[in-house]
Formats: sequence, C-alpha cells, structure tokens
Amino acid sequence: MENSTTQQEKILVVIPAFNEEERIGAVIGAAKKYLPQAEILVINDGSTDRTKEVSLKAGAKVIAHAFNLGYGVAIQTGYKYAVRNNYQYVLQLDGDGQHDSAFLPQLLSKLKETDNDIIIGSRFLSGKKYSGSFVRLIGIIVFRKLVSTLIHQRVTDPTSGYQGLKKQVIEFYCHDFFPNDYPDADVIFILHKVGFKIQEIPVIMYERKGGRSIHSGLSPLYYIFKMMLSLFVNILRKIPDYKI
Amino acid sequence: MPIRLKIFVVYIGLTILVGIIELVRQRKLKEEYSFLWLLTGITLLIVTLKYDLLVWITQFIGAELAINTLFFLGIIFLMLLSLHYSIKISLLTTQVKNLTQKLALLEGEKEESSEKV
Repeated sequence: MENSTTQQEKILVVIPAFNEEERIGAVIGAAKKYLPQAEILVINDGSTDRTKEVSLKAGAKVIAHAFNLGYGVAIQTGYKYAVRNNYQYVLQLDGDGQHDSAFLPQLLSKLKETDNDIIIGSRFLSGKKYSGSFVRLIGIIVFRKLVSTLIHQRVTDPTSGYQGLKKQVIEFYCHDFFPNDYPDADVIFILHKVGFKIQEIPVIMYERKGGRSIHSGLSPLYYIFKMMLSLFVNILRKIPDYKI
Repeated sequence: MPIRLKIFVVYIGLTILVGIIELVRQRKLKEEYSFLWLLTGITLLIVTLKYDLLVWITQFIGAELAINTLFFLGIIFLMLLSLHYSIKISLLTTQVKNLTQKLALLEGEKEESSEKV
C-alpha cells in the first residue's frame, strides 16, 4: 500500500532563474542526478540571455515570464504550476548554483517521513559563516531572533530559498499574500500562524560565481524596513485574512 | 480676501471642475479617478465664496492667515491623491503579476500539448 502511494507521488523541482545561461545547465543536471524521479521546472523570469534554451537542452520544462517580475513571483509561478498539475511535493532551489543539489533527497525524505509541512535548508546550521553585507547580516540576525521568538521555534536561515514544501503549503503560497520580492521571516511567521509545521535542516550553500544573484535586489536598509513593517502588520492580521 | 484673489481662485476652481468633467466626457479619465479632483474644485469654490467658512477653518486649525489654510488644504488633497494612486498601483501590480503568471502557465501548457501532437 505504502509503495503504490509512493509511486503515484508527483515531485517537482522548481528553479527560478534570471539570466543564468552559464549556470542553469549544471544546476538542472545535478538536480536530475540526485532526484531522478522528479520533474524539473525552470521559471525563466524574463531572461534576456539563453537561459530558456540551455534549460530545455538540459532536460527541464520551462515556464517563461514575458518580463522580469522578481524572485517571489517567479517561485510562485512554480507553485501555481504544481497546483495545476497536481504535484504532491515541491522542492525549490536557486538557478545560480549556490544551493548544493546533493541535499534534495534529504529535503524530500524529511517531507515524507515527518509531519512537517515545510523543510528549510539552512546554511547556518551547517556552520558556514555568512558572507554578505554587514547591514544585511545584522538584519538576518535580528529577524531570525524575532521570528524565532514569535513562533517559539528556532529559525536560523529565514532567507533561504532552498526549501521543500508539501501540497497544502504549495496551495497556500498561491494566494496574493505571497511577496513579489523575497519571502522571508514574515512568510515563516504567517505559516506558523496558519498552523503549518516548519523544520530546518543543515545544507551547504556556495558563493556565487560571477553574474548577478536573483537575491541581490533588495538594499539592506529597505530589507530591514520592509521586514519590520511586514512582521508588524502580520502580527495585527487575523488568521481568516490569509484564507483567501 | 482681496477681490482679485477671490476671482482668481474661483476661476481656478471652475476651470478644474469643467476640465475634469470634460475629460470624463471624452473618456480620457475614469469616473472613479475624477472624484478627488472634483472634490478639490468644489472645496476651492466653497471656501472662496463662503469666506467665513475659510476663516472658521483657519481659526480651528490655528493658522494665522486664511491663505495658509488654502495651501494646507491643497497639500492635504495632493497627499490623498498620491495615496489613492499608491493603492491603485498596488492593486494593479497584483493584477499584472497574476495575469503574467497565468499567461506563462497557459503558454507552457500550449507548448506541451503541441509537442504531444
């Protein structure tokens, strides 16, 4: 019984990408190697280079935005695709090769074996030092403390885009509350408020080799302001506000 | 209020009212966006023609000169208008996002089905 259920389970790996022609091929290859049973979907977020052609050649399915809409919108398009095509699990990683695909099977098995609805890959649990700007590091430290206090659970890497999600979370993420720019501590707080269970596992994230990261859009000061406001209004909101 | 200033302000108020109504008539401006502009024109006319009201508002808010009250009301109007547009832009951003996502998904499905054929 367990085996037949497992066979029917559809798994989707979502990779948002913006001008990643040099890196996306290797990311898709690695994802296919570690998770051969999954389908790979690249969300081409208005790239002006050959991201789409390289992704197709590497064996991924590609959904292309007509123009660049940002990381949050790109990843949400992936969730909407998963819902339309009835996938049970979504694993997401960045298209720039920063996330080590070797952890994909671990994310998936944690989703299947535990009752947690979302598994977050944390670079900080693996003991790696953060290499971004100082202001942003302060922001991350403040917000992970804040969100850990708010949800009564230790969260070390709320900015991580390396995640595994169950169907219920994917459906929930398709609503308009999901941020257009970068889901962060505010989304983790919302998940907790609605009743989803969250777990972090250690993963390895590499430095980006060249190009511009899809995560580099927000300036650190704006990031701090946006997160403060978002957390504050989400504390004020009632749960029914999210059930759209 | 000096009569020249009164005539000038009434002229501006009437021009705004007539201009806005004409833009709506020509369908260059939607009715919902014309509301705040019409309100401004009408307010300008009322406080100019009913000078006592302007004096009362001036005393009420603690301003020294009636003309300051007019400027103050003008600034309030511009702030409300900007807020109104910010709300509309937020709504439009969500709508554009949803439309673009739907278009991308449908295009993907179309490509997939033509590949199968």
